[in-house]
Amino acid sequence: MFKTVKKYLQKDFSWIPSENPTHSYPSLTGKLLLRHEIPLEDEIVDHLIAQTILTKVTSIESYPWAYRCRRCGNTKSYMFAKMPHATCGQTCVYCRFCIQMGRVVACEPLYYGSSGFEWPLHEHPCQWKGELTVHQQKAADELVALVRTGKGEKLVWAVCGAGKTEILFRSITEALKNGKRICLATPRTDVVRELLPRLQKSFPKVNIQALYGDSPDKAGDAPFIIATTHQLLRFAHAFDVMVIDEVDAFPFHNDASLHYASERAAKPQASMIYLTATPRKKQKRRIRSKDLPVVFIPQRFHGHPLPVPQLKLTPALHRYLQKAELHPKILQQIAHQQQTPRQLLLFLPSVKMAEQIAEYLKERNYEVRSVHAEDRGRAGKIQAFRKKEYRVLVTTTILERGVTFPSVDVYVIDAGHVVFDEAALVQIAGRAGRSPDDPKGDVIFYHVGKTDEMLDAVDSIHYMNRLGRKL
Amino acid sequence: MRCLSCHTEIIPEVTWSTFWKPPTKDVACLLCMEKLNEISEPFCPQCHRPDHKGVCKDCQLWEKTHTDVLERNVSVFPYNEFHKDIVARWKYRGDYVLVDIYKETIQRKWSASGFKGMQVIHVPLSEERIQERGFNQAEAIIGLLGERSISPFERTHSEKQSKRGKRDRMYSKNPFQLIEATSKPVVLVDDIYTTGRTIRHMAALLKETGCPSVSSFTIFR
Repeated sequence: MFKTVKKYLQKDFSWIPSENPTHSYPSLTGKLLLRHEIPLEDEIVDHLIAQTILTKVTSIESYPWAYRCRRCGNTKSYMFAKMPHATCGQTCVYCRFCIQMGRVVACEPLYYGSSGFEWPLHEHPCQWKGELTVHQQKAADELVALVRTGKGEKLVWAVCGAGKTEILFRSITEALKNGKRICLATPRTDVVRELLPRLQKSFPKVNIQALYGDSPDKAGDAPFIIATTHQLLRFAHAFDVMVIDEVDAFPFHNDASLHYASERAAKPQASMIYLTATPRKKQKRRIRSKDLPVVFIPQRFHGHPLPVPQLKLTPALHRYLQKAELHPKILQQIAHQQQTPRQLLLFLPSVKMAEQIAEYLKERNYEVRSVHAEDRGRAGKIQAFRKKEYRVLVTTTILERGVTFPSVDVYVIDAGHVVFDEAALVQIAGRAGRSPDDPKGDVIFYHVGKTDEMLDAVDSIHYMNRLGRKL
Repeated sequence: MRCLSCHTEIIPEVTWSTFWKPPTKDVACLLCMEKLNEISEPFCPQCHRPDHKGVCKDCQLWEKTHTDVLERNVSVFPYNEFHKDIVARWKYRGDYVLVDIYKETIQRKWSASGFKGMQVIHVPLSEERIQERGFNQAEAIIGLLGERSISPFERTHSEKQSKRGKRDRMYSKNPFQLIEATSKPVVLVDDIYTTGRTIRHMAALLKETGCPSVSSFTIFR
């Protein structure tokens, strides 16, 4: 009884077979799949099971008081349901949480593919010729050491625009030289799309695959995988090096299933690297209690300090927003800003408001476009903004991170709204001054009263700037 | 309690009249319930096409080619974006319990339709399809209605109707074979009535073998 309770409360991966025989099926290695996701004939599958290259595992753990889906780790009772299952003739439990990726039914097993595939060794995989700053160098050294030793964790706390990706190059090189498998996971599809060409350019001879919801590649049979965290639901004990970018970002930070999947996707002896500019409270607590080793990069790669947000009180803000208009003071500021060569990023708390304000500015003859999460043409609009085809981009928090525009000013309208938490505000402020040619940028938070989140964000930026000066 | 569709918590309203009663079991939140949008007058009396006065063009055409095959069709909801999303999750992703959000409304409509007491027949699936889906959507609906059904048909495997264009569907071959004739009036139950092709394929076979009248009951139109 005590054992069952313990097993339920802890994340227990002892059901994954520890013996991993070598084989020649890269698309099965380190995978946790449903039968219809394995594109092989029944006979071949039976043959692979006999050789323990594939292992059938129970898909849903059953406890007297609850269930747990082994693919997504879901234990919420309202996310399980029963149905009369025509295939087996009985009433079966299925998981509703990860049903988007194909239904997991209790009577059908999951197939674990042995992670024994041997990946090619690369002699000199990295073609990147850039220089690292002192801070970057120090972080890169520590990460290489971690990859060499294997098991361990490390958080890289780097300001926005520190050049996080470049820090990874040496540890990636180290892993590829030893035939280790790497996964770079991030919560956001946009980031995966942006990273793939950059990494392919730096590692031209390595087979790099990008996996996301509607990616052209679906096989997941490469030694180096860039994926959204959702894709990790199909992996188990697959990676020797696991990098999670933007650990604090939505939806990763508040979705237990993604934590479950990313822990399972790493091998028991894997090196875990977390990257973030704005750690959440939970991570900060672990850092303070010395439970999570951390390395700081408090300065941007161009060496200039982060722009500090100005807080501007505009008491009538909400009254104007309700009429789908902007406060005359803000309008004046925008008119003034538009005289300068910099573009303008305008953040609003909701999709509806973003669209209304874009419309409002359009009437005033500004070159404006708006983007939000459900926007089909998002990628195109962002690309056009980067190419300076128009002047003002009105957006929701969707663009708070992962996108880089060389020279912009950033205004947040109604910064006291609940969607703008500390992490979001720090990230938004981090959009300004990204390029060495224009390392400054105005960041203005318009509000109707300072919130703790705003003050914390400003404090955190000051703190990093101070650290950067000291070193 | 959580909403079946959007998973938000349902907080029941407490008033003096509800305070004394045992709590009701809500399946969906108010926001989702509002989007259900039952078909109301005016609709085509033949096929329940929403927002249409009198017999619609499609039904007039059917009457020419398939005279007196289908008595009438009763549908409950218009097949709009909201319902398309629910059906995609229910039928194609296989989230079986989702259909429960329709339970109350379709039970009411079923009692009002006057089909009660007739022989209920569900539209069968081919063997391949049922293996893939794990359940038969028509049987799920009949389960909600609390009825018992028979299926005197067999179905050969073919492309999903939803993946075909209208013209292609209209000239499709009859995928059903009748195994057992019936002499009672029957009602066919399915999830969606789009062009009425599937229902009329079955109705024609029943009529040929001496069934006095064939009607149909579908959730969506």
